[in-house]
Amino acid sequence: MIQSNGKNDRDIIFGKPLFRSPFYDFFAAQETEGNWYNWNGYKSPTIVSDQELEYFSIRSTCSVFDITPLNKYRIVGSQAVEFLNKLTVRDVAKQNVATVKYTLWCDQDGFVIDDGTLFRISDNDFRLCSQEKHLPWLIDTSHGFDVEIIDESKHVCGISLQGPTSASILRLLGVNGIDNLKPFHLFQTKISNIPIMISRTGFTGDLGYEIFLKNNVANKFIERVWNAGTNHGITAIGYNALNMARIEAGFIVANIDFISSDHAIRPNRCRRPDDLGLGWIVDLNKGFFNGRRAIINSKLEDSEVFKIYALEIDGKEPAEGSIIYYNKKDEVGTVTSAIWSPMTKKSIALAQLKLGSSKSKKDNLWVEIYSLKELQYHKLMKKVSIVKPPFVNLSRRSACPPAKC
Amino acid sequence: MQSVEKNFDVIVIGSGHNGLVNACYLQKAGLNVLVLEKNDWIGGAAVSRELHPGILYSNCSYVCSLFRPEIMRDLELPKHGLQIVAIEGGTVFTRDGDYLASFRNYHAKKRELERFSVKDSEAYSRYSRDILKQCRFIQPLLMRTAPDPASFKFRDLSEMLYLLRKVNDLTASELADTVRFWTMSISDFLDEYFENDVIKASLAVSGIIGTALGPMSPGTAYVLLHHYMGEVDGSIGAWGYARGGMGAISKALTSSFRAMGGTLLNNSEVEKVDIRGARVKGVILKNGDEYLAQNVVSNADVKRTFLKLTDPEHLPPNFVKKVNNFKIRGSSGKVNIALDSMPNFPVISDNNPCLKGDIHFTDSIERMERAYDDWKMGTWSRDPFLDMMIPTLTDPTMAPPGKHFMSCFVQYCPPKVGGQNWTKENKEAFGETVIQQIADYSPGFKDKILHMEVRTPKELEEEVGLTEGNIFQGELTFDQLLFNRPIPGYAQYRSPIKGLYMCGSSTHPGGGVMGAPGRNAAVEILKDLNMPDSDIRDAYEVL
Repeated sequence: MIQSNGKNDRDIIFGKPLFRSPFYDFFAAQETEGNWYNWNGYKSPTIVSDQELEYFSIRSTCSVFDITPLNKYRIVGSQAVEFLNKLTVRDVAKQNVATVKYTLWCDQDGFVIDDGTLFRISDNDFRLCSQEKHLPWLIDTSHGFDVEIIDESKHVCGISLQGPTSASILRLLGVNGIDNLKPFHLFQTKISNIPIMISRTGFTGDLGYEIFLKNNVANKFIERVWNAGTNHGITAIGYNALNMARIEAGFIVANIDFISSDHAIRPNRCRRPDDLGLGWIVDLNKGFFNGRRAIINSKLEDSEVFKIYALEIDGKEPAEGSIIYYNKKDEVGTVTSAIWSPMTKKSIALAQLKLGSSKSKKDNLWVEIYSLKELQYHKLMKKVSIVKPPFVNLSRRSACPPAKC
Repeated sequence: MQSVEKNFDVIVIGSGHNGLVNACYLQKAGLNVLVLEKNDWIGGAAVSRELHPGILYSNCSYVCSLFRPEIMRDLELPKHGLQIVAIEGGTVFTRDGDYLASFRNYHAKKRELERFSVKDSEAYSRYSRDILKQCRFIQPLLMRTAPDPASFKFRDLSEMLYLLRKVNDLTASELADTVRFWTMSISDFLDEYFENDVIKASLAVSGIIGTALGPMSPGTAYVLLHHYMGEVDGSIGAWGYARGGMGAISKALTSSFRAMGGTLLNNSEVEKVDIRGARVKGVILKNGDEYLAQNVVSNADVKRTFLKLTDPEHLPPNFVKKVNNFKIRGSSGKVNIALDSMPNFPVISDNNPCLKGDIHFTDSIERMERAYDDWKMGTWSRDPFLDMMIPTLTDPTMAPPGKHFMSCFVQYCPPKVGGQNWTKENKEAFGETVIQQIADYSPGFKDKILHMEVRTPKELEEEVGLTEGNIFQGELTFDQLLFNRPIPGYAQYRSPIKGLYMCGSSTHPGGGVMGAPGRNAAVEILKDLNMPDSDIRDAYEVL
């Protein structure tokens, strides 16, 4: 009966509301902790089996992380460049074919809606990946352009291979040209006849690759990758391990380190590119783009705003969610992401601070950490130093060709 | 008959939820309060009545969304048995044999919207953000007396300053949005976010409920805000069913009131407020009994209070004129049904929780507007808009297992049909229109009906006392809000007569089972009596 089949499809929506990526079965088979979270509507692993070992696979061997839940928008058409120039803050005309750029897009008030990566596949063919969903905004912005916006999110899946042995595994899989692939470059190829798009990108600050492919070949693909990685320490990882690596790399995440203007309800929560330390990617000379005038005007204002800073903190306690004080008493901001960094052996953090123009404030910053030990808090006041990110800077990340190991 | 003392500090006319809230607060402050109820039952429009053996009917108001948690806490209503339980689900049936469900689970909700429009599903978060922003602006005003902009009293000036500061906190574009929001139609507002008709129809509902306006009438966007206000705190159970029906709210209030020593008399219809020497002396009942008090608070709507219960000789003519012109147009009816078993909706699986929420059959804004057109022509809608709920799917205390109570709020339904009073035939035809709409989607529905109560605005006015059966005691349009509610110069719960106060939904901040008017009126009365209001908690802060 046609009607009852339809009913069953619809019943999945309330019965199992979270989507499952084509790689779900692969991760579920490895997963030992029952530790899942909801990433953009997908059931995703927080930890697969051991957070620390997963982290060290990023830094020492090769990690496999499912990036399918990212939103993927395909932008195709004779005016794709013009459209993307209106949408995003960089000059897309300057982006070469077969490269990837990190970018931002703002609303009409110059507040950041989201950040993401823009893949230029050919002259008039782009893929935009982001943490948040933006279809209405993309469609509204596309008005008047000869451009088609296709939400590929449910049809294209992705895997991120990150770590020093990731290149070797791809070599074993017969990916010719991996040695010549420079950071932020991409090419299309096949692994065992499976068409893939591979880019030397990632969210870890390490050597690594992101691979996109069609959903229907996902199982076959992950099996090949896994088998090829057996002797190279390939490890399936969850979000927690990735999060440690991305904090060390100093990368920010929308709605964790800053609130997307699409979500901001309270006044003064929105941030401009400058506030995120990303003013350098905004091209004010390329002509009109969403938020341009507001960004220019904001540079003339002298108002105090919150900006994102990278911090090193005395002692070994991580400062997740802590308040930052000037002179141990005046609140100046909040830690948004923090870990004990295994690579630097430091307590590191990203924080939003309102410091104004006074230089001296920066030398007298403290963080109040509540460290819970056996049901009692140790209240600590630790010295904070502002540093320039990334916390971890690895030469292998950009070495070309990548080392054989 | 038990003898009751005749002298009180305060008499509250009507035991609606606002009357009871007001009475509780005043009794708690140390006054001796009498509540007089004309009906046999307590609670005004917040009642649970056993109209069919074994089945409780929330036969007037049917859902609790706005009742202020501060009031429940102050009056210890949970201790007196009140439980508001969260509602799951909701659905709109479409004419092409599908449905659009709504779920508490955010992703289930988004995925369901995606079936109709991916773009709209994504636009939903921006829509909710903007609604929430507006609610955050207005919600703190609910539990404050509106300032009189013409007054130079310190507190009016400082309240005006508070308002201005709040406005000042908005950015220029937010202020523009707020002004637009307060004036535009819900249909235009939804067009700014959504493209799909069914999605728009499902969201437009809150803009028209209880209002004699169509979704394309200016001002309906605000009505939507009024319905969403309860969600601001995001506290669990903001929207919910009162366990035991809406009467559970009145029952808990009554219990709290009596525990504090208050007196409540049913079957005691007030005929007149007794006014002598330009001040209140008490009230005279229909049966001739008299009760004395220096202060009388009317829970009745502003028209009933000043055109029926008060002799016009005591009132300034311009005041009477304004009361006469207060918009309190009846626009809705109610069909309450006891069911032998759960109706079958073949398009929806049995385990789908969406039937536990509000069920609609109007799948386009156009249809809602045409339903309104019928009302304008002086008749009930041939294709009415139904807000239907089956609380017994959630609440086990209202009916025996397997049996159900179904509440159908029906819009539009005029106070008079073609200018004539409702006849028995018209009432039956109105009921049949409603039943047929349900039966179109639920085969065999009619056979499951054990008992049915049809209430047109006529019954709502006669039985409950709401003028024209208007559920909000006056429409929630911008010209009748804040310091203009109900009447400019009388927005602070006082009347032109010393000792006579208002505490019903006709007053700021308006209708819904919220309790804020009753509470705010108590603050003003205590102020006039130079008594402390320290037992009345301020609104919880909105962070």
